[in-house]
Amino acid sequence: MKILVGISKAPDTTTKISFTDNNTKFNEDKVQFIVNPYDEWYALVRGLELKEKNGGTVTTITVGGTDHDPIIRKALAIGADDAVRINTEAADGYMVARQIADYAKDNGYDLILLGKETIDYNGSMVGGMTAELLDMPYVSVASKLEIEGRTAILERDVQGGIEVVEADLPLVVSCAKGMAEQRIPNMRGIMAARTKPLNVIEPSDAKGLTRVVEYNLPVEKGEVKIVDAENMDELVSLLHNEAKVI
Amino acid sequence: MPKTWMSWSAYYTTKPKLFKNLKNLKMSILVFVDARGGQIAKAGLEAIVYGKKIADKMSASVTVLTYGSVSNDTLEGLGRYGASKVLINKSITEDQDDALTSLVAEATQTENASVIIFSFDPAGKVLAPRLSARIGAGLVAGVISVPEIDGNSMTVTKNVFSGKAFAKYEISTEKKVLSLLPNSIQVNEGEGTAEVEEFSPSLPDNRIRVKELKPLGGEGIPLPEAELVVSAGRGLKGPENWGIVEELAESLGAATACSRPVSDMDWRPHHEHVGQTGIAIRPNLYIAAGISGAIQHLAGVNGSKTIVVINTDPEAPFFKAADYGVVGDAFEVLPRLKEAVEKFNAAN
Repeated sequence: MKILVGISKAPDTTTKISFTDNNTKFNEDKVQFIVNPYDEWYALVRGLELKEKNGGTVTTITVGGTDHDPIIRKALAIGADDAVRINTEAADGYMVARQIADYAKDNGYDLILLGKETIDYNGSMVGGMTAELLDMPYVSVASKLEIEGRTAILERDVQGGIEVVEADLPLVVSCAKGMAEQRIPNMRGIMAARTKPLNVIEPSDAKGLTRVVEYNLPVEKGEVKIVDAENMDELVSLLHNEAKVI
Repeated sequence: MPKTWMSWSAYYTTKPKLFKNLKNLKMSILVFVDARGGQIAKAGLEAIVYGKKIADKMSASVTVLTYGSVSNDTLEGLGRYGASKVLINKSITEDQDDALTSLVAEATQTENASVIIFSFDPAGKVLAPRLSARIGAGLVAGVISVPEIDGNSMTVTKNVFSGKAFAKYEISTEKKVLSLLPNSIQVNEGEGTAEVEEFSPSLPDNRIRVKELKPLGGEGIPLPEAELVVSAGRGLKGPENWGIVEELAESLGAATACSRPVSDMDWRPHHEHVGQTGIAIRPNLYIAAGISGAIQHLAGVNGSKTIVVINTDPEAPFFKAADYGVVGDAFEVLPRLKEAVEKFNAAN
């Protein structure tokens, strides 16, 4: 089974966000970058588990410049067999999906796994777009994935519940919590990652359809109003009369 | 002026010049509304109200597209939220992504829709990207504001960095796809009746086979849609202590939520986990008990209108993000707050 896993770069979850160039660029100064958690913890690890069970290969794919190599090496250290980097800066979700689809269409993958969203742009769109461009079925926000022969059995979030669904391979899946447990790379993995193939591929001509024109930070809250722990009637009154939320 | 459809049609063919721009005149805003189990969720009504606000800016009308077994009264009633027309496909009964994607694409064409709107909910997370890629229309997913429109250019704001910042996006394509984050738009009910039409274009077979639906435990309000939320963290010490959280939530008519450690330890189900790697919510009121307020948790809740923090530690970082703070033990404060709410409910 050939598995392709989308790996993207994201600022560490503890990052304090700020912007430069008149609020048009994310300030990367002193930011620690990590593998997007959904890509790493769920998509990649589940891909590896399925490979260990059913045989096959796990290839990662990333759209980005050389600054992405450290997080790609991390994915290789966790256990991916090889990596592909499309050598261009990501413009938007559509452009990334086009690049992935343009690469994947001639390479016969059985399963394309991605995180349910990235923790920077939170669009949850690359999976659906990739599936559409490749004319494959797509299961979004899946928390379980098993493969039996050429059939995938999944659980996914729907309004008000969890749905058990089946689909034939090839298939695109966006992965969420529940699908796998985080794996910490061991020393042997880290050593092996140095020599695993990282293939740099030039991009197709796909362009973005949207762009960010301005970033803003939320307005800071005023001073917190402390209410006496004995006097919850006062809190209720404040919530009703002042905040007007109950 | 002609009054009947037949004479309109004759008028149309005999006065081609007058109607040369008919296509532009008939521009519409298409709103896809999920209708699982025959119900239109609050997020769907928000999307219609949102669509109407955009339609008013563009001199367009709102067409709602839905499926399944929704009653005709409910569909006509969507006029009160701003829908002029409702298209319903009755042959689709559950979420069949392939059929629904094609259904929206067909409606986009027949309705000459310039903006197509979804909720940023499970259905919208599948259909909006698929439609966007199919018709090559720019998508901004999870928008929180009414767009600014200037000619063919549209700019619209969404949360980025998991709620730690906002970004204003420009969409450069002629058609635009937006998905609306739940609880971003106030639902105002007005007057009006929508015209209901069945819409049955030929649709592809579905490649996803639904085997079973497991309803989430707990009744009522889905967390992303809840206006009031009571949340608790490790300070509650164990899952057996959640009764006081649920009782307060019940007195308020609120949904319950939790922090990441609590869901990681399986004290509470995963779908209750709010924060950077859980879900982001923006209720009117977020009450957090026994949660210290790590930056990852704040990311998921700082869109809330009002935040109340209850913690024994006056130095807990969450107090800096709170509107109201109570320094005290959740085991005493939550029951006391529940009593105060019940007293308030009885008096109002």
